Amino acid sequence: MTATELPGDGHATEPRAEGPRFDGHRGRWVGASIPRHEDPRLLTGRGRFVDDITLSGMLHAGFVRATVAHAQITGIDLTATRAVEGVVAAYDASDLALGDIVALLDRPAEEFTPTAMPILAKDKIRFVGEPLAIVVARDPYAVEDGIEAAVVEHTALDAIVDEETALRASTTVHDEAPDNVLLDVSMFDTPGVDEAFADADVTVEVTTRSGRQNALPLETRGVVVSWDARDDQLLVQTCTQVPHQVRTLVARCLDVPERTVRVTVPDMGGGFGQKCVVGREEVAVAAVAQRLHRPVKWIEDRREALTAGFLAREQTYRTRAAFDADGHITALDVDVVCDMGAYSCYPFTAGIEPLMASAEMPSVYRVPAYRVRGRALTSNKAPTAPYRGVSRPQYVVAIERVMERAARELGLDPVEVRRRNVITEFPYTGVNAVTYDPGTYRESLDLAEATIRDEGWYELRESTDRHIGIGFCCFSERTGYGSEAFAKRKMTVVPGFDLSEIRMDTTGAVVVTSGTMNHGQSHETTFAQIVADRLGIDTARVKLRQGDTERIAYGWGTFASRSVTIGGSAVALASQRLGELLCRIAAHLLETRPDNVALDGDGGVVQLDDPDRRLTYEDIADVAYLRSHLLPKDVEPALTATASFDVPGDGTFSNATHAVVVEADPGTGAIRILRYACVEDCGVVIHPKVVEGQCRGGIAQGIAGALFEEITYDAHGEPSAASFIDYLVPTATEIPDVSIAHLETPCAFTENGAKGAGEGGTIGAPAAVLNAVNDALRHTGVELDATPIHPRVVLDALEGGL
Amino acid sequence: MKPAAFTYHRAHDVADAVALLTDLAAAGEDPKVIAGGQSLMPMMNFRLARPSALVDLGPLRRLPAMTAIRSDGDHLTLGALVTHHAVEKATLPEGFAVLSRAMRWVGHLPIRSRGTVAGSLVHGDATAEWCLLALLLDAVVVAEGPSGRREIPADELFHGFYATAVDLDEVVVEVRFTRPAPHAALCEFARRHGDFAVVDAAVALDLEGTAATGGRIVLGGVAPAPVRVPEAEAVLAAGGAAGDALWGAVADAAAAAVDPPDDATTTAAYRRRLTRTLVADACREASGGLR
Repeated sequence: MTATELPGDGHATEPRAEGPRFDGHRGRWVGASIPRHEDPRLLTGRGRFVDDITLSGMLHAGFVRATVAHAQITGIDLTATRAVEGVVAAYDASDLALGDIVALLDRPAEEFTPTAMPILAKDKIRFVGEPLAIVVARDPYAVEDGIEAAVVEHTALDAIVDEETALRASTTVHDEAPDNVLLDVSMFDTPGVDEAFADADVTVEVTTRSGRQNALPLETRGVVVSWDARDDQLLVQTCTQVPHQVRTLVARCLDVPERTVRVTVPDMGGGFGQKCVVGREEVAVAAVAQRLHRPVKWIEDRREALTAGFLAREQTYRTRAAFDADGHITALDVDVVCDMGAYSCYPFTAGIEPLMASAEMPSVYRVPAYRVRGRALTSNKAPTAPYRGVSRPQYVVAIERVMERAARELGLDPVEVRRRNVITEFPYTGVNAVTYDPGTYRESLDLAEATIRDEGWYELRESTDRHIGIGFCCFSERTGYGSEAFAKRKMTVVPGFDLSEIRMDTTGAVVVTSGTMNHGQSHETTFAQIVADRLGIDTARVKLRQGDTERIAYGWGTFASRSVTIGGSAVALASQRLGELLCRIAAHLLETRPDNVALDGDGGVVQLDDPDRRLTYEDIADVAYLRSHLLPKDVEPALTATASFDVPGDGTFSNATHAVVVEADPGTGAIRILRYACVEDCGVVIHPKVVEGQCRGGIAQGIAGALFEEITYDAHGEPSAASFIDYLVPTATEIPDVSIAHLETPCAFTENGAKGAGEGGTIGAPAAVLNAVNDALRHTGVELDATPIHPRVVLDALEGGL
Repeated sequence: MKPAAFTYHRAHDVADAVALLTDLAAAGEDPKVIAGGQSLMPMMNFRLARPSALVDLGPLRRLPAMTAIRSDGDHLTLGALVTHHAVEKATLPEGFAVLSRAMRWVGHLPIRSRGTVAGSLVHGDATAEWCLLALLLDAVVVAEGPSGRREIPADELFHGFYATAVDLDEVVVEVRFTRPAPHAALCEFARRHGDFAVVDAAVALDLEGTAATGGRIVLGGVAPAPVRVPEAEAVLAAGGAAGDALWGAVADAAAAAVDPPDDATTTAAYRRRLTRTLVADACREASGGLR
């Protein structure tokens, strides 16, 4: 592994798979920051997003939504709605009679309580913003007039708005869960925890909390559904990370065969996990389009997105850790409570956050003994979905705060405490029964610290009366969860594999499919780079197809940093098989042995013992399609190949260390980030600029969680943020420059040596920023353990401590 | 987030706008003037404002007086449709240069490019920079109604909670700033740049050499409308060496005088603390950096 700044164009790496090779052309594309294939259309306004789709006769839909958090519905009267000019139809739950969304875990009743999410609320309102009825009209203005005219009668109930009211359970969100707990799993209680605490030289306790956030894709959710009478099929055009799961659930809720539902996905403006679950609104719109046999569009507006969209991240960790006198952690005991809101999301369930935290909490450290209890509470708040990082930003805050606290107790440097505990020998099987593949945990920590030290930040911190603090965060991130890893979570819908099909046409151009789903990650470019290297052609000859359930047999879409690890591997394998087919046909046409030919790296197959004898891919395709009588007897016509890929075992771990220097303003309490350095290792980098974009965007979202964004609810369950006035998504003004250094530990079991790069930035930033702020407050005696950090709290600390 | 139905009317000159407002009101409508629309349109999209008719002043941009920035002696006159961005880019006389400098705090560039000075004043947000500046520099709002023109001094303009003295059938024609202040500054704090201020402070100092002999202190975000702080101005009027000791005394007096609200976003104590910081910062900046 080498430490370098960003590798530039032409950065070469070793291809990893066995297969056709062409000396001198290895890695021509992989590793190069080539211009993105997506850019010409996106930068000239020729992208096509859901809201760009307009169909003849198209109607618009919107939802009558709950204005109270918790109530029994006693009546929904849509008479006035239907009388509004321009309104075509309006339906409540009883009109549509759709199946509920139910997400399950294969766990006993004492661990998991299944609950149903109706498409439209039936007898009970469970959060402000919950959809109660759907209104369809000729234009979006009439839709809102119709929504206003609806009359909803209800009997209000007390709202469950926090851990205390949920666990007190004076009222219940779901009858099936009388204690308001949807999941309660004690995943680990390994031998020696109590003994370790009894023998500890130092015991630290930290209670960390994180605010409820919205993943906030700039493109809100949306769907256009039309009925195709000729195909006897609903066409669902929607912005989702998981098109096949949308198809499965729409078919299930409408009680129709999956064949009669086609889901396609146009360009997308982000998802961040919020779009890797299936929403109720998409299903409702499909139902009304089917019923009316008219195209119907629904575009979520920002107020809906903030209040009724899926949220995430409201968690509390009560962490105890035992240390010996040398600063080695000897035991970890954690109680995780996640407020999952009103419903369990499909397919992940309300268990997603506590299960992720429980499985991964020991992080990058050698923890000998581990006990954890994870709970998912239900409350009268908008439901939750996975959000970039899923619990990892939060448990990393918890464990990194533990390291900082231990350092203070022991009088050691916090980086040194990390250094003494971090995993350095791989593969390492942790107390959590997870095997970590090789990474650069220690090296990234050392490089990040050296960067900050060499630039003089420590000296500035010591020599000034300004409130300057330095913080670190060291973490790893499991990417490319295969089916084996997800099965351990006991999901009944187990994601993991991915499929790819590749076709070469008579001109030698290639179309390749992937079951992953680009929503801003540049798959059209990076997957083309992988294919181009495997086949020895220009990336311009490669077109990626995703997001069409008719074209791809099944796929798990894009989430959990799985695309390049799993989808990229399937694409590589399919390309390799196509290369083998090309060689086989070429050997036959050249009248030589199959082992006497190879891809030449320039769009052709060459005879090894006589390089003057060569066939281009066009020559071969001509035979494969137009003169198939010349094919070998045992080769079928057409140039196609398929492959699947699934990551074995526990998946592959990317890792990083983030280092942050902050300054607290003594007049306002505002935190300014003076320096942000990221040292990351995601294995072989397919496209450096894309990886850097993922890092920077992720870090921006992590800083948002650390310093800005939160949706709070008052005692009645009314959400605080309905617009960007109140939901403080940071802008370019608030986000600092970020330097990124790459380390490279190739993954041994993905096709391209790549590890996932989608989430790390988001995971590392909250802990690094929080630690830096606490360091800036080191003279005050105050340590902050909650995010987002309000400047008022910082100012209180500075004034109280000075 | 779509507005309720309304009718749309284009005004061609000020008299036409006034006539439209009068006629629409007489017909039972609830008309509202729209200029840049940077506050009104979001409120209409949320259906928090639902005028039944809009009278658009956009066509009046053709009239030179409506977009003119004129300096005549000790006065600076801004046409009602002058945008924040036009003020930001203008080279103003020294006594009014604070207006240009303060514009960086107004929203974001797209907002500044469409939003108007008069629109901001009539909207009357308690933290709006123009409302503070109007009190700081003794602005006079010239409004035309059915019975002719009248002049509304800034200290009679703001009634609190987005209510102003401009009547529903009146159209602002121009805003005249009558009190030059060569030593003036506006400072504010918001969680994000471009947001409505949590607290903002505008200061104009009377300086003789390095001595302060008086001045004016205006605060936003501490009351339902922007307010002058006589207690803090008294400290300035008592005079003293320009510098941090005096600025601190002025700031303490301002912080002690205000009685800001606790609300869902922050506490009264924090607003008071910000008041102290921002008044001191604004004094220092207004003095040209005297510490």
